[in-house]
Amino acid sequence: MGVAVSIEQVEKRFGRLQALDGVSLQIAEGEFFGLLGPNGAGKTTLISCLAGLVRPDAGKIRVLGRDVVADYRAARRLLGVVPQELVFDPFFSVRETLRIQSGYFGIRNNDDWIDEILANLDLTSKAETNMRRLSGGMKRRVLVAQALVHKPPVIVLDEPTAGVDVELRQGLWHFVQRLNREGHTVILTTHYLEEAEALCGRIAMLKQGQVVALDTMSNLLAQFPGHTLSVALTADVALPEVLRAQATEVDGRWQFRLAGFEEIEPLLRAMREAGCVIDDMRLAQADLEDVFVGVMQGKGQRAGNENSGVAQ
Amino acid sequence: MIEFRTLLYKEVLRFWKVGFQTVAAPVLSALLYLLIFSHVLDAQVKVNGVPYAAFLIPGLVMMSLVQNAFANSSSSLIQSKITGSVVFVLLPPISYVEFFLAYVVAAMLRGLMVGLGVLVVTGFFAPLTFIAPQWILIFALLGGGILGAFGMIAGIWADKFDQLAGFQNFLIMPLTMLSGVFYSIHSLPAFWQQVSHLNPVFYMIDGFRFGFFGVSDVAPEISLMVVAMSFFVVSAATLALLRSGYKLRY
Ligand SMILES: Nc1ncnc2c1ncn2[C@@H]1O[C@H](COP(=O)(O)OP(=O)(O)OP(=O)(O)O)[C@@H](O)[C@H]1O
Ligand SMILES: [Mg+2]
Repeated sequence: MGVAVSIEQVEKRFGRLQALDGVSLQIAEGEFFGLLGPNGAGKTTLISCLAGLVRPDAGKIRVLGRDVVADYRAARRLLGVVPQELVFDPFFSVRETLRIQSGYFGIRNNDDWIDEILANLDLTSKAETNMRRLSGGMKRRVLVAQALVHKPPVIVLDEPTAGVDVELRQGLWHFVQRLNREGHTVILTTHYLEEAEALCGRIAMLKQGQVVALDTMSNLLAQFPGHTLSVALTADVALPEVLRAQATEVDGRWQFRLAGFEEIEPLLRAMREAGCVIDDMRLAQADLEDVFVGVMQGKGQRAGNENSGVAQ
Repeated sequence: MIEFRTLLYKEVLRFWKVGFQTVAAPVLSALLYLLIFSHVLDAQVKVNGVPYAAFLIPGLVMMSLVQNAFANSSSSLIQSKITGSVVFVLLPPISYVEFFLAYVVAAMLRGLMVGLGVLVVTGFFAPLTFIAPQWILIFALLGGGILGAFGMIAGIWADKFDQLAGFQNFLIMPLTMLSGVFYSIHSLPAFWQQVSHLNPVFYMIDGFRFGFFGVSDVAPEISLMVVAMSFFVVSAATLALLRSGYKLRY
């Protein structure tokens, strides 16, 4: 597999603000890649540099080997970008918008593909409607459609599901996953971490313009205590001191962080020997949100850098 | 090529869909100017041997043409910048030369449509001659091109509608109104004649009028030279701005 997007030491300053501070990433062809980070981390700025909307102060970006500055026409043909801002051209209907967008990419008679996109995004009944008359979520879907008119090998989605209802979010992911299976590289930013966890094979986390974590989803999840054992005891016998030291109390339940399943049995035995009676017990898996919070608080700052060849 | 044609088509559709505002309204204002001025000024008045109403018509046509060419490219750009829909033309592989041509040609088309409308409507009120149509055409095209390109500069530079309105009210309006639309500059005091010679719009109108009546304040060849030079300078400046990404790509 070749490299779909290569970002090398990209820097961008807005006045005094260092929006991107030496970002390097390599995204392979066919990946479903997640770009996460808090508000203002620089995700949109990075995507804008990739799309040629923002000119980086330093660094190089290539899309499938084409430099986004020197060879901008070729690079832009390979990219389909869904912008974060909800924008639309109020003069046109949905179909006109998509036909015009096709023309901008040098494509005529694109109606078959346009119809397919519209069907997949559940917009067929709105095809002849003026953009002004669409709801916010529908406008967002048209933005997605506009990014796909030229079947770009690399699809970049900057928070595509903000304001889109549950059913359509499912439909959208279904469609994007299909495109990904067919070989399109997908780069996604979102604040819905379950969404990222379900979809992305690899994740980069950005904080104040720097990459603070970069690894596969499974490695990232593995870096944090794999599971949490949560136990509720009957009031008869309190948890012994030794075990209390290992646990945290949340809403009257005791939570034990586990590195592996083999730690469960000794814990249960200790409780049984102390005479504790278990009222309820749950085993929960660490999720991306735990990882995200941990990374952003500075724990696991270098997550991934040791065992991932593509970092830096 | 398809990229350019699509952008041009979109720009034309943009003003055509609101044609009442963008084409019919300026034709009506020009007609009002003609009715008022030719009524106020006695029908006996002649300028360079041409009856005043007839003299006025080419001036009004050119004034409407250039003002609308400017309005088209400038308002299209600032609107799409303010609404953010400018990304739709910044993301695709459209070269800056295609970008320039599409906006300028669309502006020229709107200018020519308005100009033709004014000519047709006002033509009923005075006998017109078309002594040298090639001059009429070349000055119409260049005039629309210059102001179309100039409108791009204004639209790219302005961040708000009122900045653009300032541009229009304090630069474009005076330049066009004080360019000999309503009078021959020979009727002005010497000092103001000199000042008028610094205004490129004066040459556009003077050369344009020559095409109708065969008389002008300066030789049409000189006007053509000035106007063509202006076109190249403004176009080069616009292309340089687009190439640098000024205020479009941060
Ligand atoms: N055109 C601009 N001019 C000045 N500052 C900017 C500009 N664009 C972005 N910034 C600043 O750069 C920083 C990064 O912004 P960016 O939009 O990339 O964040 P983000 O990670 O996409 O955040 P969000 O999750 O809120 O979309 C922010 O502090 C923002 O204020
Ligand atoms: Mg963003």
